[in-house]
Amino acid sequence: MSSRTGTGFWIGFVVVVAALAVVPLGLPEFWRKFLTEILIWGLLAMSSDILIGYTGMVSFGHSAFFGLGLYGAAAALLVMRSPNLWVALAVGLGAASLVAVFVAYFATRLRDIYFAISTFVFSQIFYVIIFTWTDVTGGENGLYFTQPPFTIPGIFSARFSTVSLHWFVLAVVALSYLALRRITQSPFGMVLQSIRENEPRTRAIGYHVERYKIVAVLLSGLFAGLSGTLYAIQHRFAAPDFVFFTVSGEVVIFNVMGGMGTLVGPLVGAATFLLLREGLSRFWTEYYLIPLGITFILMVIFMPQGLLGFWKRRLNQ
Amino acid sequence: MLTLADVHTHYAKSHILHGISLEVKPGEVVGLLGRNGVGKSTTLKSVMGLVRPSKGRVTFEGHDITGLPAHKIAHLGIAYVPEDRRIFKLLSVIENLRTGLDRPGLTEARRRALLDKVYESFPVLGERKSQLGGTLSGGEQQMLAIARAMMLEPKIILLDEPTEGLMPRMVSQIRDIIARLHRDGVAILLVEQDVGLTLGASSRCYIMEKGLIRHHAPSADLKADPSVIHQYMGV
Amino acid sequence: MFEQILVQTVNGLVNGMVLALVASGLTLIFGIMDVVNFAHGDLVMLGGFTGAVTVAQTGNFWLGLLVAALAIAVFGALLQVTTLRPLIGRDPLTTIIATFGVSLVLQKYALWQFGPTARNIPQPIPGQFELFYLQYPWYRLGAAVMAGAIIGGLYLFLKYGKYGIWIRATTQDRIMASAMGIPVPLVHTGVFAIGSAMAAASGVLFAPLASVTQTMGAEFTLRAFSVVVVGGMGNLGGSILAALFISLLEAYASLVVSPSQAVIVSFVVLILTLLFRPTGLFVPTPK
Repeated sequence: MSSRTGTGFWIGFVVVVAALAVVPLGLPEFWRKFLTEILIWGLLAMSSDILIGYTGMVSFGHSAFFGLGLYGAAAALLVMRSPNLWVALAVGLGAASLVAVFVAYFATRLRDIYFAISTFVFSQIFYVIIFTWTDVTGGENGLYFTQPPFTIPGIFSARFSTVSLHWFVLAVVALSYLALRRITQSPFGMVLQSIRENEPRTRAIGYHVERYKIVAVLLSGLFAGLSGTLYAIQHRFAAPDFVFFTVSGEVVIFNVMGGMGTLVGPLVGAATFLLLREGLSRFWTEYYLIPLGITFILMVIFMPQGLLGFWKRRLNQ
Repeated sequence: MLTLADVHTHYAKSHILHGISLEVKPGEVVGLLGRNGVGKSTTLKSVMGLVRPSKGRVTFEGHDITGLPAHKIAHLGIAYVPEDRRIFKLLSVIENLRTGLDRPGLTEARRRALLDKVYESFPVLGERKSQLGGTLSGGEQQMLAIARAMMLEPKIILLDEPTEGLMPRMVSQIRDIIARLHRDGVAILLVEQDVGLTLGASSRCYIMEKGLIRHHAPSADLKADPSVIHQYMGV
Repeated sequence: MFEQILVQTVNGLVNGMVLALVASGLTLIFGIMDVVNFAHGDLVMLGGFTGAVTVAQTGNFWLGLLVAALAIAVFGALLQVTTLRPLIGRDPLTTIIATFGVSLVLQKYALWQFGPTARNIPQPIPGQFELFYLQYPWYRLGAAVMAGAIIGGLYLFLKYGKYGIWIRATTQDRIMASAMGIPVPLVHTGVFAIGSAMAAASGVLFAPLASVTQTMGAEFTLRAFSVVVVGGMGNLGGSILAALFISLLEAYASLVVSPSQAVIVSFVVLILTLLFRPTGLFVPTPK
């Protein structure tokens, strides 16, 4: 990586983040919230890219990480007498990482389609538990709770406005992106990509493939859980729908639309998908999935590198 | 009858064939010699349509067959006996043979005749008709692979290392089979490590090295002057 | 209690046979072309709807079964040619992703075409018989027998039919099959059509037992996946045993917990299988 492209990246990064910070000021309330939501789903999309794009492990169960982050934060916010943002984040991350440990264990033993099917099954197990354990999870009705204020312990505390919440989410997502980018470009990330390209060869060179896969799943689950907690904080409710398979499926769509293995791609994919859904569903209600689904299939066949695939190197280095 | 003109083939990113040109005339047995990994098997696969040449032309009886799907090439009269035999292990012997018999335009009488002929040439296959292909010995599997190819009534058979891993007694049987096919007018493109067998069975030989044909001579000449063989094969 | 267990055994076997029919199609398709068809459950759903519409118009269940199987077979063939044929040679994971997209589209298409209300097909075999403490409909047994008959027909076709040998040869060695002159792309399309027809048939057989909704696909897909993995991917006999095994376990579990929780039993069986015997429970240990 030359210093010129390095500088180029940072300039681009600062411009995009600054734009994302300023734009909401000029947007109506609805679109401001919408932009925040795009960032949250974008984080979920990036988290899955670690597995799907970089390691070649297609997860059909990211709703489990997301949902557990969501319900973890919900639990913390409901139990605490004065809801605390950081505790909610910590509990959400803790819950998501518990699932991640579980899935990581399986990831060492299952490959390819078997991994994909079992992640699907896991998320469905959590869905059934949350859906039927009405006493604790509220079942179908979900859980409602209050939004915690933004606090810096001992110094500062203020209620979130839609703008300050947006900034907070933007900060978390931007930092997460930098962290994920760092991880994927590190020697560790290179090993993950080498597993994707040729697992037996990576093993033969002497890498302990299982350990790398475990860490990849843990990282992916952690960042997915983080997006779940952010969602809890923005929307102040948790429902089993967010643990359902539909969410996992959308995560896969984000990856394919944006371009797997590019980090930015899945984020762009999420934004594209959500915008298309918002726009198309006004005309076609839920039938928007018919044209969107057909587009998705065509992209899998003819454009497997996704919208941003062409730009992969330019944007990510 | 079968002509390769400047055929290049790639596997993934590696360039295996660097421009192969050769010819097999009707009813002729032609040998293709060379060390391991020089591209002999890839040459046969490129003819059969199992790998697609990136450049060059393969023609058979005047048809350009480059890049045709394998089953269409088989229907034109080219049969393939692969190096590892590739018997359908979970099909019985008769079912293995039937994979080449269930094609349009084949009368019941003709089917019977083809089967009878195979059982006559390979009595052991007749005895093991309903045994699973995977339970046959190596030599029997090789015979089944050749017999299966004969079901297509081919004009040419691409024969890849038929004696590999076989006992000497089996090797001489293979030699007889090749001779019999030749008598019946079937052309053969023979890839084989056993130089003696190849030179004995064929009228001409091509010698390959690193994806190229380096030498081409009548087999009798190669037998008379083994120095060329020594040079390229290291025997 | 003992009688309850016996009733659940019958229930489990009946559900198991219908599930076996769904899973046979899935495993056949996987075995021959390494395609994990995420839309398989949606083909069950479409079959159920097509059957329901036909029965509603003609009043003839058997015609409904036939029309659904044929229509979905043609649809499956088109699907294979347009969506899966271009993906041949790519990672099997790509086929999961592509068929997932198909599943999305089919679900919404069904909603658009057939509306949000559940459809029902009246039981074509009337009457009930006494099974301990309850009146058990004859049709439930009839559905199991028909599912068994269709699977048996498939078995005979694979074993003795000319195209059956083509299918088995292609499953074992696609490349050698094509070198023997077997038109492999056509065989792939044909097998996809057969698998789709079987899915559709199970949808029609299932419709009188419960109702057809446009969201039922995902559940069928998941259950069929469980069965196929537990039975050994691509293994027909294993899938049938696994379908019966899982359905029986679920039937017994529903004595203790609610049916929606009993589903977890099959997931647990699936996970244990994946962990301890990833080649499947009902197959001989590979050498």
